[in-house]
Amino acid sequence: MNAARQFRHAARAAAQDAEIAGILRFNIATYDAAVALGRGRFLDWREARRRAEAIKRDAIAQLDRYLEEFERRIIARGAAVHWAPDAAAAREIILEIARRHNVRRVVKSKSMVSEEIHLREALEQAGMATLETDLGEYIVQLRNEPPYHIVTPAMHLRREHIAGLFHQKLGTPADETSPEALVRAARREMRQRFVAADLGITGANFLIADHGLVAITENEGNARLCASLPPVQVVLTGIEKLLPRLADLALFWPLLATAGTGQPITCYNSLLGGPRRGGEPDGPRELHIVLLDNGRSRVLADAAQRELLHCIRCGACLNACPVFQTIGGHAYATTYPGPIGAALTPLLRGPAYDHLAYATSLCGACAEACPVGIEIHHQLLRDRAQAAAARRRPWSERLEIRALAWAAAKPRRFERAGRLARRLLRLRPQAIDGTRLDPLRPWTRYRQAPEPPPQSFRAWWRQRNSPPAPNSMAAEPPS
Amino acid sequence: MSLESSQERWPAAAGAPPEVALFIPCFVDQVTPEIGRDLVTVLERLGCRLRFPPDQTCCGQPAFNAGYRQEARALMRRFLDTFGNSEAIVCPSGSCTAMVRGFYPELAQSDPALAAAARRVGERVYEFSEFLVRRLGITELGAAFPHRVAVHDGCHMLRELHLKDEPRQLLRRVRGLELVEIDDAERCCGFGGSFSVNYGMISEAMAARKADALEAAEVDYVTACDPSCLLQIAGVLARRPGRVRTLHLASLLARGLASA
Ligand code: SF4
Repeated sequence: MNAARQFRHAARAAAQDAEIAGILRFNIATYDAAVALGRGRFLDWREARRRAEAIKRDAIAQLDRYLEEFERRIIARGAAVHWAPDAAAAREIILEIARRHNVRRVVKSKSMVSEEIHLREALEQAGMATLETDLGEYIVQLRNEPPYHIVTPAMHLRREHIAGLFHQKLGTPADETSPEALVRAARREMRQRFVAADLGITGANFLIADHGLVAITENEGNARLCASLPPVQVVLTGIEKLLPRLADLALFWPLLATAGTGQPITCYNSLLGGPRRGGEPDGPRELHIVLLDNGRSRVLADAAQRELLHCIRCGACLNACPVFQTIGGHAYATTYPGPIGAALTPLLRGPAYDHLAYATSLCGACAEACPVGIEIHHQLLRDRAQAAAARRRPWSERLEIRALAWAAAKPRRFERAGRLARRLLRLRPQAIDGTRLDPLRPWTRYRQAPEPPPQSFRAWWRQRNSPPAPNSMAAEPPS
Repeated sequence: MSLESSQERWPAAAGAPPEVALFIPCFVDQVTPEIGRDLVTVLERLGCRLRFPPDQTCCGQPAFNAGYRQEARALMRRFLDTFGNSEAIVCPSGSCTAMVRGFYPELAQSDPALAAAARRVGERVYEFSEFLVRRLGITELGAAFPHRVAVHDGCHMLRELHLKDEPRQLLRRVRGLELVEIDDAERCCGFGGSFSVNYGMISEAMAARKADALEAAEVDYVTACDPSCLLQIAGVLARRPGRVRTLHLASLLARGLASA
């Protein structure tokens, strides 16, 4: 089954799932309340967004320069920087590092880029036990699922689901549902694995050009452990994560925290500058930075769509999106679900994902929520323009649009076509309403269609504003 | 306050009532012409001289939204020719107004002359409530409509045109009308043009949530400035037991004027 049909099936199933709807509604309402409070802590949230947008615009417009600056500075402190043109290359770079060190056990903190390149699967296939140490990621790993959401991977689960899972996998008591006890159980599991790990893998929230630093933001302290206990660390990240200056974090840390979870600032914010140096008590002996392109430079090359690379992966647009709220994260079957995923995936992964740009009402709630002001809904329109211009749309749709454009090219033609269509529709027997026989089924399957009116507006206007003449074209006879 | 007194305030607000070119979107023309007629009723009551440029057809939004920019551009040219020298263009749809004001410039950008024409027309096109409140400076029409009414904020109204308060300002001055703010007033109704038929199952779920909010608020009517949103909401409401009805703002005001 192709991706578009698969999406349709998954979306239908999710849209009819009352349980998941309830869970999402509850979780998103909690999030909304926290974010509303969080935004209120800013003197001027709009101004903060405007500045963040300007900074990202500059960072992406001069990405080549900033990346080289970042690279130069972090190499000077002993890190190794690897450039990966695509997912396969990134996997190979990381596997090669792991093989060189005879790595058997890997601990990972949360990284959507690692999902993008299917890193965990690759490591496990190579015989390396790999543990997700972000609690939400750990839960979906235990369930053998991809993350549901880019910030809150287990957003689709209730506490009882997690209790059941832990009972089954970790042997917690069946009736134990207190968050404290569940977290304790997970922590017990993880602690041993942290200590025993020979490789730590993290993502990056920001790369800081002017000081050559990797900035990591997290709430559980697990990324910090991944970056300090194992002897070797890999930071895997996309090339778009650049910020020009260290000082920019003064805006971006609180902005990301607020948009992501409503927190004033995320619990742990770390800056990594290189491997352990003489006299330092912890940190990896080797630090590798893997910079992934994987289609990003193609997006960068297009001035009209470049702003999609401004994304800081806060997840706000997912939570704001009524489509995401209806179909959830898994239905997209992409690394990045929701509005930003729908806009970006067709560009990163190609025409097989065109349908995502069409699976949206273009309401713009995403753009309103976005802390860096990406006009995601306009980008979805541009995705659509690309798909249509390259003739990648179904012939039936092209025909419909052509027919509309042809009819609307001449007012007379438009009027006649409209009159004919209304006459035909008035013949539609009520008995077939919404059934497979109904020519309006795509509409009437889900809602009632309006009664086609006997007279168009223009015919009414003409009749009203011209003196009645026996043989006039003016009046449209009621049909 | 009566209609006369609001007319007296005109010279201060915006000069003599202007000549208005009616921009009647293609589906209003063909599917919901009563909204066009009600628009005429209200504008004429306010003393506007109306004109319906007969060469208008479709602004091109359906083609544009589906990605067919070439087809949309041809329809844009027709629109700009038709309305090029109108000083005020009034449209009973936030969405089609947004197409002209917001999206034409992008659609025309490869041709500077066309882009300039698009911007010029964009400055003169008004959504109905915007025209009354911002251009004419009128909120008091002397209408009466003794019902509980909720507003649905259409997405283009809200996020492209930034018109949220204008319809409410008009409603607050309608005698007997109880304006009810519902949960999720700003939530999309799920119409989205071709989305509503391509992804009907998602579209319906979105509309159901809107209908839930309306029924929970026990309103008699939901009003909006977009016929397409109302078509969607009405379509879903019609298959539910509730008794909420839909009414375009122009239609509500026209009825309110008739019964005042
Ligand atoms: S597009 Fe904007 S709102 Fe969505 S994840 Fe990226 S930064 Fe956050």
